[in-house]
Amino acid sequence: MHIMEGYLDPMWCAVWFVVMIPFFVVGVIKLRKILAEHPEQKMTVALSGAFIFLLSSLKLPSVTGSSSHPTGTGIAVVFYGVGVCSVLATIVLLFQALLLAHGGFTTLGANCVSMGIIGPLCGLVLWKLIRKANAGVFISMFVAAAIADLMTYVVTAIQMTLNVVTSTGADFASSFIDFMSVYAVTQIPLAIVEGLVLAMFAQYLSTAKPEIFGIADENKLNPFSTEV
Amino acid sequence: MKNSTMYIVGFAIIAVLVVGTLLLVPGEFGGSDDSGGQAAESYGYEPWTGNWMENLGFELPGETESFLFAVQAAIGAVIIGYFIGMLNARRQANASKDSEA
Repeated sequence: MHIMEGYLDPMWCAVWFVVMIPFFVVGVIKLRKILAEHPEQKMTVALSGAFIFLLSSLKLPSVTGSSSHPTGTGIAVVFYGVGVCSVLATIVLLFQALLLAHGGFTTLGANCVSMGIIGPLCGLVLWKLIRKANAGVFISMFVAAAIADLMTYVVTAIQMTLNVVTSTGADFASSFIDFMSVYAVTQIPLAIVEGLVLAMFAQYLSTAKPEIFGIADENKLNPFSTEV
Repeated sequence: MKNSTMYIVGFAIIAVLVVGTLLLVPGEFGGSDDSGGQAAESYGYEPWTGNWMENLGFELPGETESFLFAVQAAIGAVIIGYFIGMLNARRQANASKDSEA
């Protein structure tokens, strides 16, 4: 889902930064509150970031004949919400842009909106809905993580489509189908893999440290809530 | 379903999806990020800048790139491993306390 440097017009780079900034600021405020008021949760925050670091570094083959990588944002968004997830995703995106020239600085806002905000928000909505229906941790995390992953790539396809439509006058429908087939279709099996990995870890947590899901249950769906 | 069965089934599905894809699907498995850029170029879009390394006339060797991706994965894996180790140590300590009591 990394949009490379130069592949978004400066206008779109600015638009996506403007969208990203409020979520990021709320995330920083919430993260500071968590670390100050609940220092015992430092390790869980680190764990949430660790899954993004680990999974987003793995390039996996897909049935379309190309490869892509999971996002690993499911744990972070379920436990700490969209704001904190956007901060953790930005750290990983900066690491990749700086050291690997993968993604980019001008496209950081767009990449954060897809991987750290909208994709995870979709996953969190489903987590809340499925948990309300009294489903177990395994199935709830599977759906949340897989949808967060898949929607990240759908958002990237939308971002690329809007960019080519406004800059080249391309037809919206045909370019959207093209970008969806490049990003989202490739991602379907990988989203299933990511969903399974995080669901198995959540299942492990539910037996090893069940009280940890109290954090997830208290986590608010509202992305602008700084309540901890 | 027992946890151990769940893990076995989960890892088996992951193995089938990843290894099965490698074995059965023809393709060079180039990155979808690059394919996205190519799709934009097919509509006549020209990137207005390159990445900062290209702009400085420097190209990251493939081996170094792989190494840095491995470093990224290792940072994540070490933290997850530490967390699991810490949980297991606490559970063992609690279990031994209970047996002493």
